[in-house]
Amino acid sequence: MSQAEGRSRARRSRRVTPPGARRWHAGVFLAPALILLLAIVLYPLAYSIVRSLFNDTPSGGAGSWVGLSNYKHLFTDSTTLRALKNNVIWVLVAPTVVTILGLIFAVLSERIRWATVFKTVLFMPMAISGLASAITFSLIYADQPSRGLANTVTVGIHDIFEGSSRYPGLHPRDASVLEGSDKSGFTTKAAVTPGAVVMLPLTGLDLTSPPSSTAQAVTPTAGTGVTGVVWNDFALGGGGTTGSVDHGERGLGGMTIQALSQGKVVATTKADADGDFSFPSLTSGSYELRLPASNFAAAFNGLSWLGPNLITPAIILAWLWIYAGFAMVLLAAGMSALPRDALEAARVDGATEWQVFRRVTAPLLAPVLLVVFVTLVINVLKVFDIVFVIEQSAGANGKYGDVLAVSLYQDFGDQQYGLASAIGVFLVLLVIPAVVSNIRRFRRDQQ
Amino acid sequence: MRKGRAVYLGIAMTATLSVVAACGSSSSGGSPSTSATSSSSSSGLGNFSGQSFTVLGQWTGEEQAAFQNVLKGFDQATGAKAHYTAAAGGDEATVLGAKVNGGTPPDVATISLPGALAQYASAGKLVPVSAAGQQATADNFATEWATLGSYKGTLYGVPIDAANKSTIWYNTTAFSNAGISTPPTTWPALIQDAKTLSDSGVKVPISVGGGDGWTLTDWFENVYIRTAGLADYDKLTHHQIPWTDPSVTKALDTLKQIWGDPTLIGSASAALKVPFTGSVDNVFKANPTSAMVYEASFVASTITGDKDPAQVGTTAKFFGFPSIDGSAPVLEASGDFAVAFSKKPVVQAFLTYLASPQAAQELVSFSGSGFLSANKNLSTSAYPNATLGQLGQQLVSVGNNFRFDMSDQAPAAFGGTPNKGEWADLQSFLANGNVQQAEQALERDAKNATGWSS
Repeated sequence: MSQAEGRSRARRSRRVTPPGARRWHAGVFLAPALILLLAIVLYPLAYSIVRSLFNDTPSGGAGSWVGLSNYKHLFTDSTTLRALKNNVIWVLVAPTVVTILGLIFAVLSERIRWATVFKTVLFMPMAISGLASAITFSLIYADQPSRGLANTVTVGIHDIFEGSSRYPGLHPRDASVLEGSDKSGFTTKAAVTPGAVVMLPLTGLDLTSPPSSTAQAVTPTAGTGVTGVVWNDFALGGGGTTGSVDHGERGLGGMTIQALSQGKVVATTKADADGDFSFPSLTSGSYELRLPASNFAAAFNGLSWLGPNLITPAIILAWLWIYAGFAMVLLAAGMSALPRDALEAARVDGATEWQVFRRVTAPLLAPVLLVVFVTLVINVLKVFDIVFVIEQSAGANGKYGDVLAVSLYQDFGDQQYGLASAIGVFLVLLVIPAVVSNIRRFRRDQQ
Repeated sequence: MRKGRAVYLGIAMTATLSVVAACGSSSSGGSPSTSATSSSSSSGLGNFSGQSFTVLGQWTGEEQAAFQNVLKGFDQATGAKAHYTAAAGGDEATVLGAKVNGGTPPDVATISLPGALAQYASAGKLVPVSAAGQQATADNFATEWATLGSYKGTLYGVPIDAANKSTIWYNTTAFSNAGISTPPTTWPALIQDAKTLSDSGVKVPISVGGGDGWTLTDWFENVYIRTAGLADYDKLTHHQIPWTDPSVTKALDTLKQIWGDPTLIGSASAALKVPFTGSVDNVFKANPTSAMVYEASFVASTITGDKDPAQVGTTAKFFGFPSIDGSAPVLEASGDFAVAFSKKPVVQAFLTYLASPQAAQELVSFSGSGFLSANKNLSTSAYPNATLGQLGQQLVSVGNNFRFDMSDQAPAAFGGTPNKGEWADLQSFLANGNVQQAEQALERDAKNATGWSS
C-alpha cells in the first residue's frame, strides 16, 4: 500500500464517521458495560445451562452428565409441578386483572376531582418495598380474628347473620351415659322414665374463666315428669366422683335439652344456671334425652386465607394491590398523549362515553396496554419476594403457594444446583417470548 | 433441626452477599499481655502471647456473650487474642461454605451438623484435633460425642454446647387445675394426663408446632429411638434401612395415638399453622390454650425471650420424654462442634481448652444464654439455675445412651428444608394420619436426596 493511498483512505474514512468517534473510541466506552454484561449475565447464563445438565455431588459440586433428567424432574416431581401450576395461575390471572384495573383507574382519574391525590394513593404501594408489603399482608391474613384484618371482617360479617354457640368443645364425661359427637349432638344411652333424676355429666368447660351462665351445680329432687341436671363434671384442681355433682362443679345454664320419643322430638327445654332442667309434661312412657349439636358448635373463626386453597389467590391479591398503581400510572400517561381532537370529534358526533372509550380510547391506547401487559407477564413469571415472605407465615401450608422462583431458591439452598439451574433456565425460556414481543414492538414504534 | 436456620434462610441469601464483609467482627476483649504470663503456665496450654485467630459462629446476643466469655477465659490463660464473628443472618452453614470455597476459611468454626463436619473433613479442609485435644475430649465427654466429632476415626470437632431434645415443657398451673400432681413418665400416662387436661377445660392439651416441620421430626425421632432402639436409629439415620421398615411403622402408629386424637392436640389443620414459638407461647402465655409442649431444652430461652408470664422453674417446668413400652432412658440431643481450618498451634490449644470443664463452666454459667454442656466433669452447680442444671445433668448421666438429632444428620434436601422432604411428609402425616402413605413419601424423598453420610 502506498503512502498516498493510505492517506486518502484515512481521509475518506474520516469523512464518513462523525468527528472524534473513531471505532476504538466506541470500543473503549463500551468495554466496561460489555465486560459487566459478560461477567454477570452471559457467563452465569451459559454456566447455568451447562450446570443444569449435570447432577449434584453431596457437597454441591457438579456430578456426572445427566442430560435432560433435571428438566424431566421439573415436570414429574410433585413439588415443582405444583409450583408450575401456580405460575400458570399467576400468569393467567394477575397481569390481566392488573391491566384492567389500571385502565379503569386511569379512565376514572381523568374524570374525578382530586385526581392527583387519587393517583398518588394508588401508586404509593409501588414505593413500599416488596418485603414490607408482604409482611403487611401476612398480618392481614393472620388466622386469629383478633389479629388478622381479613378475618376480623369475615367473622364480623358472619356473626351478624349467625351467632356462636354457648359451649363449644364440651364433651361427655362418661361415654356410657351419653354417646354421639359434637356434630350430631349427644344422646343418652339408657332410656329415661318419668319420675327419675337424669344425670348428664359433661367436661371440657374452661374453669379458669367460666362463663356467667354457669353456677355451682345442684342435684335436683325428683318431681313430676323428667328432671335432671346437666353439668360440667370436673372441678378446678380435679377430685370429686365421676357422675355425681361435687363441690366446685358448675351447671351448664342455657344448655338446650330435647326429649325424644321413637326418634322424634317431643319436648325441648333449657337448663338453669345450676344445671337443673325438667320436662313436667312427660308423665308417661320412655324417652331419650339429647343435647343437640347447636350447643357445641365451635365459634366461626374466619377463613384460612393462607390455607391450601386460598393462599395463591390471597398472594395474588397482595400483588394486585402493589401493581395496580403501576399500571394506572403508565396507562394514564398513555392517555394523556392521546389526540384530544379525536375524542372531541367523537363526542361532537354524538358518541356516548362508553362508545368513545370502546371505539376511540381503547384502540388508540392498545400499544401502551400491550406494553404494560407484557411487562407484567415478565414480572409475574419471576415473582419471588412477596410469595416467599407471605409463605413464611403460612406454616405447613406455605408449600401450596410455591412458584417456580421459590422452588429454585429452595433447591439452591439445598445445594441441588443442577435442579435449581434447570428451573432457572426454564424460567428464562418462559420469559423470552414476552421479551421478544416487547422488543419487536419498540422497533416497530421507532420505524 | 436447630431452631432459626429455616427462618433465617431467606434473609441469609441477600444478607450473605452484602453483609459478610461488613459484619461486626468483635474482639473477645481483654488485653493479651496483662494476664498472660501469670496464668499461662498453670493452664498447661502454653503461652501464645500476642497471637490471634478468628472464630466464626452462628451465635448472636446472649449466646454470643456466653461464648465470648469462653474466648475471654482462653485469652486470659494463654495471652492469645480470639476474634469472634457471628455469621450474617444466623445462617452459618451458607456463610461458612462461601468462605471455605472462596479460600478464606476462619481459623475455627462452629458446626452444628455432623454431616457438614464430615463433608469438610472428607474434602481435606479440616485439621485434626491434636493429641492433647483428643485426650481432653476423651476425659471430659462420653465416647458418643467424640464419635460425632470424628470422621473415619479421626477427631476433627470438639463439642461445645449441647441441647437436650427429650423434654416436654408444661404449665404447672394447668396441671394443678386438672389435679395432676406428678408429671407422666410413660406414654400411656402422658395420653391419660392429656385427656384429664382436656376434661379440665384445656382446649388443646398438647401444643404441637406443626407449622415448623422440624418440631415434627423431633417428635418422631423421640418416639422412634424409644420404640426401635439405638441400633435401628443409627441405621435409619444413615438411610441403611428404608423408611418403609416395620420399625418406622411401629413408631408412626405410636405417634398417631397422640397426633391422631383431636382431644389431645386439637385440630391437626390448626396445629399445622402454629410455628415453634407459637406452640410455646400457647402454653405459657397469659391465657394459655395449651398445657404442655414437646421440644428441646431451648424452650426455656423461648419462654424468657418471648416475655411469656410463666417463669421457668416455677410455673414452667419440664419432664423427660416418657418411656414407651418400658424403654430404657435415652435422650435425643443436638449440639455444636468447634473445628479447625488452620494449623496454628494456638488454634489447637483453643480446641483443647474448649474440651475442658473450665471452658464448659464459662459457657453455661453465663445467665441468659440457656447453654448446656455435655462435659461430664462440669459441676451442676455451675448452671445459673436449677432447671438448666437438671437439663445438663440429664445429658451427662445418660452417658452414651443418646443419639444426635436424626434430621440434622440427613441431607438438607431431606431433613432441613421447610415444606420439603421429611418436614413436609410428617406435616402431611399429622394432617391425614395415613401411615403407609407417609412411609412411601418419606422413602421416596429420602431416595431423591443425595449425600447420605455413611
